[in-house]
Amino acid sequence: MLGGVSLLVGAATLDLSTLWSDPAQLQVVTVSRIPRTLALILTGAAMAVAGLIMQHLTRNRFVSPSTAGTIEAAGLGLVVALLFFASAPVLAKIGVATVFALAGTALFVGLIQRLRLPDPMMVPLLGIMLGAIFGALAELLAYRANLTQAISVWMNGDFSGVLQGRYETLWLAGAAAVLAYAFARQLTAAGMGEAFATSIGVPYRLILGAGLAITAFTTAVVVTTVGAIPFLGLIVPNVVTLIAGDNLRRTLPATALGGAALVLACDIVGRLIIHPYEVPVGTIVGVLGAGAFLVLVLRKGNRYASA
Amino acid sequence: MITIDSLTKSYGRQVVVDGVTLELPDSGVTSIIGANGAGKSTLLSMVSRVLGADAGVVTVDGLDVWNAPGRKIARRLSILRQETHTQARITVRELVEFGRYPHSRGRLTPECRAAVDEALAFCDLGELEHRSIHELSGGQRQRACVAMVLAQDTRYVLLDEPLNNLDLVHATALMRLVRRLADERGKSIVLVLHDINYASVYSDRIVAMRDGVVVRDGSPADVMTEDALSHIYGAPFVVHTLGEDRIAAYYR
Repeated sequence: MLGGVSLLVGAATLDLSTLWSDPAQLQVVTVSRIPRTLALILTGAAMAVAGLIMQHLTRNRFVSPSTAGTIEAAGLGLVVALLFFASAPVLAKIGVATVFALAGTALFVGLIQRLRLPDPMMVPLLGIMLGAIFGALAELLAYRANLTQAISVWMNGDFSGVLQGRYETLWLAGAAAVLAYAFARQLTAAGMGEAFATSIGVPYRLILGAGLAITAFTTAVVVTTVGAIPFLGLIVPNVVTLIAGDNLRRTLPATALGGAALVLACDIVGRLIIHPYEVPVGTIVGVLGAGAFLVLVLRKGNRYASA
Repeated sequence: MITIDSLTKSYGRQVVVDGVTLELPDSGVTSIIGANGAGKSTLLSMVSRVLGADAGVVTVDGLDVWNAPGRKIARRLSILRQETHTQARITVRELVEFGRYPHSRGRLTPECRAAVDEALAFCDLGELEHRSIHELSGGQRQRACVAMVLAQDTRYVLLDEPLNNLDLVHATALMRLVRRLADERGKSIVLVLHDINYASVYSDRIVAMRDGVVVRDGSPADVMTEDALSHIYGAPFVVHTLGEDRIAAYYR
């Protein structure tokens, strides 16, 4: 069903886009509109999948790349890459951002495993705090190097600059999501707890590491290429798991489709709202996401808000 | 056979399991009893390789639990612990299917499906199979976990305080299920129990621990004596004989 929605929304984008542009200029479609739509689909799907994996492995509904410091850590990595390896190819920058994102996320997971916070709500708070620290470090570095404008671009996803030849790295994020699907059973088992996973012969630490590596890599690719989309990895997995449960074998494809559909829809809204100008998709998703986050936290019968 | 040789674990200066050497049999029900902090659960966690040891070796049918491949051990030994994510939104059937992971890596064969069906039937879960485990009662969820272990089809089944959070009726139902697993399937089931009377009534053998060492090891008749129990728990006991069973009283 979501697949149908996603296709429709995708098709709609294309239709509207061709209407906007001069019909004679088919080139606009191939150079700008198709890449943009593909980029939206890939980003939406990959970030939603990253969020799903994170919330599952940490067993906390509120953990996602935007509430665990992953996005900010990737941003910090990108600043470092720009400062010290400015001439390096995009892939190398993604590599540096991945390493930072992975280190930041590993720090977060290590902290929550060690601290055993009594209230699940404190987990995302810790993540947001960590993220603020990484973000502040990134800004400090950027300020000294006159890169602050670049930071605001990475922290707020915007697809208006997506053209043919400037989005293709996102396929890597898509590939990471497919890889996650291949490990869906193991990830599901790891999310059931270390003892559970060990008992059925799933190497818990390995799978935990692999899952976090996938999310860090995905986040790094997205931040580097189009900029972070806050809350996307939070809302979509929550809605999907509420409906379809926790078996990643089942929920991963739905989450990917849902993420793609949401980003496509938000991008269309962003393009129409102050037409012919644009509101970055990150802003739209961020506004929606913040609202959805509040609903999730305050929802009656929320198993994480029992206090 | 599971052999435990000079197994030791300390937390800081506190030695929790102190050089335990023990053999666990190929079949039957073995209960591990002892006061809080005696090292029972720590011992079981090490045997099931969830926890590393400071010293000592554990082998399952000759395989070193920490060095042999995980799935190979998982075809011989399963463990059920309280910490299993009870809020997970997966169905009972999906949970039980995880038991087949060591055999098929999750790609269920017809043989796997048969084993899952059979485990569900054995634990009387037919009507619940499509319910999500977070909706189940404590007793139903415990039964679902047992079904998973049954589908895993290991010779050795370790249960860490399986009666926690179960009321009297469900606790008895679970112990009867455990007994049936041993009698009808020839499994070796090792449980950590706090209720010594369940241990007395359902076990073939009772291992008693105190301060990290095994202080008694024998049949219920050997261990369920006033002297032995007083020594194990450091508190007075009265043991009554009710029919064939030895029941300890410790309420006064």
